[in-house]
Amino acid sequence: MVERSPILTAICHLILLGGIVLVCLPLYFAFIAGSLTMEEVQQVPMPWLPGGHFLENLATAWIKADFGQLLLNSFIVAIGITVGKVAISLLSAFAITYFRFRFRILAFWLIFMSLMLPVEVRIVPTYEAVANAALPVQWVIDLLNIQGLWEWITGNRIEIALEWNMLNTYQGLILPLIASASATFLFRQFFLTVPEELLEAARLDGASAMRFFWTILLPLSRSNIIALSIILFLYGWNQYLWPLLFTTEKDMATAVIGVKHLIPRSDTEPAWNVAMSGALLVMLPPVLVVLIMQRWFVRGLVDSSK
Amino acid sequence: MVATTHEPGLKHAHFQTAGLPALLLLPQLLILLFFFFIPSIRALMQAFLLTDPFGASVHFVWLDNFTALFASDSYRNSIWVTIWFTLAQNVVTITVALVLAFATDRVVRFQSAYKGVILLPYAIAPVIAGVMWAFLFNPAVGPIAFFIKSLGIQWDPNRNGSDAMLLVVLAASWKHICYDYIFLVAGLLAVPRSLMEAAAVDGAGPIRRFFQIALPLLGPTLFFLTTMNFVYGFFETFAIIDAVTRGGPAGATNILVYKVYQDGFINLDLGSSAAQSVLLMTFALLLTLLQFKYVERKVNYSI
Repeated sequence: MVERSPILTAICHLILLGGIVLVCLPLYFAFIAGSLTMEEVQQVPMPWLPGGHFLENLATAWIKADFGQLLLNSFIVAIGITVGKVAISLLSAFAITYFRFRFRILAFWLIFMSLMLPVEVRIVPTYEAVANAALPVQWVIDLLNIQGLWEWITGNRIEIALEWNMLNTYQGLILPLIASASATFLFRQFFLTVPEELLEAARLDGASAMRFFWTILLPLSRSNIIALSIILFLYGWNQYLWPLLFTTEKDMATAVIGVKHLIPRSDTEPAWNVAMSGALLVMLPPVLVVLIMQRWFVRGLVDSSK
Repeated sequence: MVATTHEPGLKHAHFQTAGLPALLLLPQLLILLFFFFIPSIRALMQAFLLTDPFGASVHFVWLDNFTALFASDSYRNSIWVTIWFTLAQNVVTITVALVLAFATDRVVRFQSAYKGVILLPYAIAPVIAGVMWAFLFNPAVGPIAFFIKSLGIQWDPNRNGSDAMLLVVLAASWKHICYDYIFLVAGLLAVPRSLMEAAAVDGAGPIRRFFQIALPLLGPTLFFLTTMNFVYGFFETFAIIDAVTRGGPAGATNILVYKVYQDGFINLDLGSSAAQSVLLMTFALLLTLLQFKYVERKVNYSI
């Protein structure tokens, strides 16, 4: 602070309190609605103080949306995305910063092109890719006319029809969301700042490339990995569009989709109380992560946008 | 094994093996091939093809899908809706974030508590944020809707397009203010203290210093945030739209990303949906290039 000015400081506190009210208002009303009975939640105006039915509504929501299964799915998907993306990004960043090989620059550009297009713009074709991941292989077979070739060589006719359907599977939920280079870029930037002497010293001691990676580079990247993992966990947990498209079976949906199904529409009973308690339940894990790991979270947020 | 020539982005001390890096890159490249390159190329191809609804015949139709798009009222409407939506969201988000960041920079007590709460919406899924706002403003049960109506103002986002737009802008901004806020707080912290002190000695008050010193120094950060807000508004608000309005009423909140989804998955018009995807891709590409070109080295990220 350059000068003391109690009035301005007081105003600033007021502004920040206003900000907090703004943030908490929807949360507070969600909590109130989640603690009322269905009759009470219909009242106009709604009560301003919470009622005593929160756990009851939560239990109803738990059964109605099958949250036991859905929360498990969300954890698997969010952790799968986090671990998968960190792993493949570390390896490929290591390859393009620490190895000199012929197609290094090409690999670099292939990876970084994917930074340019968010998943949301390739909705339909990515859906096709997940519905049948073997499709590209089939094209190659058709293109090379392998069937005809086989018939010509052996005289037998065969039908090659490949199918690898990933709808309603965990890999179908996870893999398309790891297909972006943002984390690779982050690790590459970090590896470039690692002192050159470390590799030289490791080499003198006779360490192989992978040993250098495991025993030196990986421990050095620890804080970057944690910060990024938090962001990726939130990203994975809060995904909506992909789970909505990829999961047609109810028990493969994620928790966020479960909340969506609880929202009353005009033709269903107006169970806002159940919907709101479900919403609070599903937002709890990511909110706890942010609250407990605030420092790492801020760092990850700033890092991952570079 | 010491490198003689220096390649950009390669460590001075490096390995020369060829097999291992290929192996290391394999998982990343395979995933990109299957879920990035092939889908993107498919979208490009489909944009120039016309498939009948049963998938029986496919024709190459040059730019017909694109001309049909620009001729359709619903697409032009969707463009305008997207422009208004992203602009309004941008203005609200940046203004509120700036005010909050300014205040945060001035206070000492409770600073981390304020920050902690203001950052919370980042953790909340867009669709849940949408559900909560939809509830607050629900014309039948929502407490804020009740308050608005008691002031004698008509309010029904299910029927009135501008009400619906206001609602999705509010929900989208609420979710994104924290993002801009954290960068602006970091940016303000990086403003040199000596500069502020010198201006204070010259008699500039806190407000004037903010506008004449801090704000110009924050320029690159603001530019970066504006681009990021557009990216957010264009691509990541799908869930909010789907939860709050489903693009309605009568297309009043039907942003482009939502329309791609509707045409592709509900109306099953693959050619049109792909053409829309290609247009969106072009736009995303422009935004990213803009960001790379102007922002990369100029923003101060230190926190």
